[in-house]
Amino acid sequence: MHIHRLEKIWLGIGIAMLAIFLIVLGTMAFSMGMAPPSEHHHTIDPDKVSETAPFDKPGLTQTGDKRYEAVMVAYAFGYDPAEKMEVAAGSTVDFMVTSSDVVHGFSIVGTNVNMMIEPGEISHISYTFDKPGEYLLLCNEYCGTGHEYMATTIVVKQEARG
Amino acid sequence: MKTFDRKDGRLVMAHILFAFAALLIGGIAGALQGMVRGGVVTLPANIGYYELLTAHGVLMALIFTTYFIIGFLYSGASHTLGGSLLPAAKKLGWYGCLMMSVGTVIGVVVILLGKATVLYTFYAPMKASPWFYIALALVVIGSWLSGYGIFYQYRKWKKGNAGKPSPLFGYMAVVTMLLWQVATIGVAIEVVVQLIPWSFGWVDRINVVLSRTLFWYFGHPLVYFWLLPAYICWYVIIPKIIGGRIFSDALARLSFMLFLLFSIPVGFHHQLMEPGISSFWKFAQVVLTFMVIVPSLMTAFSMFATFEMLGRSKGAKGLFGWLKVLPWKDVRFFAPFMGMLIFIPAGAGGVINASAQMNAVVHNTLWVTGHFHLTVATSVALTFFGIIYWLIPAVTGRVLTPAMNRRGIVQTIVWCVGMFLMSGSMHTVGLMGSPRRTAYTTYNDHPDAILWMPYETAMAIGGIILFVGVLLIVWNVISLMRAPKGVTEYPIGEPADKSETTPRFLERWGLWLGIAVALIVFAYTVPLIDMLNNTVTSPGYVTW
Repeated sequence: MHIHRLEKIWLGIGIAMLAIFLIVLGTMAFSMGMAPPSEHHHTIDPDKVSETAPFDKPGLTQTGDKRYEAVMVAYAFGYDPAEKMEVAAGSTVDFMVTSSDVVHGFSIVGTNVNMMIEPGEISHISYTFDKPGEYLLLCNEYCGTGHEYMATTIVVKQEARG
Repeated sequence: MKTFDRKDGRLVMAHILFAFAALLIGGIAGALQGMVRGGVVTLPANIGYYELLTAHGVLMALIFTTYFIIGFLYSGASHTLGGSLLPAAKKLGWYGCLMMSVGTVIGVVVILLGKATVLYTFYAPMKASPWFYIALALVVIGSWLSGYGIFYQYRKWKKGNAGKPSPLFGYMAVVTMLLWQVATIGVAIEVVVQLIPWSFGWVDRINVVLSRTLFWYFGHPLVYFWLLPAYICWYVIIPKIIGGRIFSDALARLSFMLFLLFSIPVGFHHQLMEPGISSFWKFAQVVLTFMVIVPSLMTAFSMFATFEMLGRSKGAKGLFGWLKVLPWKDVRFFAPFMGMLIFIPAGAGGVINASAQMNAVVHNTLWVTGHFHLTVATSVALTFFGIIYWLIPAVTGRVLTPAMNRRGIVQTIVWCVGMFLMSGSMHTVGLMGSPRRTAYTTYNDHPDAILWMPYETAMAIGGIILFVGVLLIVWNVISLMRAPKGVTEYPIGEPADKSETTPRFLERWGLWLGIAVALIVFAYTVPLIDMLNNTVTSPGYVTW
């Protein structure tokens, strides 16, 4: 099969670019810890979410200096805990989230926090909130009639000076 | 000039007309839903946003496309593989059409009754009426019958023409239908084994991760099932319409085979942000996804080579002089060409979506909606629109008039303007975090969500312009059915270099299908075993 010289050059450049993209993505994912959220083999009985620790007491707990764990349950149509979560700017929050009914989304606007929440699976993601403000956390996977109301906020406070 | 078999023409037209009826109803649902999202109108209480969204997605993405594609492929099979359809092929085509139509009618009724507000991805554990899933199964099985008809026509042609390479259109139609057969196995298993027994209540629970994986095993090759017929038009039809030549017959076939290999074992790039699948297998499928970009690069080269060769043969000078001699005033070229042009940013957006962790920036935002409104709703749709201006006259024994051609040009421009506004706003506001598939909301007047509002209004305006485009194309279809009688040639291009023989291995189906299966087995076996061993199942819910 004859391939025109110009087409060989064109495909060569194209394939080389794709290879570079993949090397960058692969290096970031596997040696810099930037893999997409893919928690594996961390499951829960979806019927017993409200009885299974730690999801029986959803909420924010401090686990270290400027480090928090947020245990959350997504349901149609909201997130537990219902009360606003507050952390100081510069804090890292480790989110641990599951669903007590259908599939939901978990997206914090203005950040790279974006993952799927599925019944029976526990999703994990960590994020460091450097900028103060009131962050909008919303469901971005259609989950039923009230889907557009499914949201909450996370308050990141300015640190006290001195 | 060979005239088109009139009885075959009826089968083709049945599909085309059904497709445009679906486009009209889906377009009404889309326009309304866009206006609701943009805050332009509020629906009466008895019509729900998500019912409209489900109807829009199912009718546009599944029904309009599948009917048009089958009609178009049958027309090409009839014309290039023997001049008329064999009785068995025609029968399979009609049975397929009937079965899909029964499925479509049941499905639309169930959706409008509000019994299946699960969108066209019907993710478990949202549980629709069993009739919704049965309707889907009928559509898929009907499309299989139509596929068998094309395979039969091809095999009989091969037997009668031993040693000759098959006509390019017939070959490409077979690849498209083969891709469809392999891809729909996933959704067929999901619907028949998982969803139907569960929605009837014969089993109580469902493996959610498995059902999503089976869906996306089908969901990505589905987009190539839309794209390949558009590529058939670009490779085979467009060169003839502009008076040029096909750049290379062998490379065109090779690119189609690469699509068969690489468009299927890549479904995980739709599941990058979800739990239950290991990072390793996600990345393996990202690599395979990038491979499927190669045949699109080949297609881009071939198309522009055809254009430039034609321009130079007409004496065009300079680096881009050949652009001027292209037939811009011929809608049969102009509409598909705009589709090709828009496929450049559309494809680039797709590379971003598939880029593993980068997907976090855009996953389930309106960016994704903007992306597929460029790919399927512009590149593919404009190509399909461009096809009707010669296909309807060719199969019904009529001719295109200059007035219809002009209206076609206007329709194409209206579509591009509407899509620029709508898809452009969707891409932008998606990057700002606005979620897809969500009714009008300000999230309690959150300042971030307030910033999205102007873009969402622009989306609604784009949607209204696109609806005008739908009305125009429906008007054009009706005019074409009533065009003056005459003879229109079915345009089939010739390769530039006829002395170049097409290698035989490109038609060794067993070999290519074998590689395709091997890649699927590689990409899916370990993750599937994992999903079956770690069975977490969920009961069903009706949340609408």
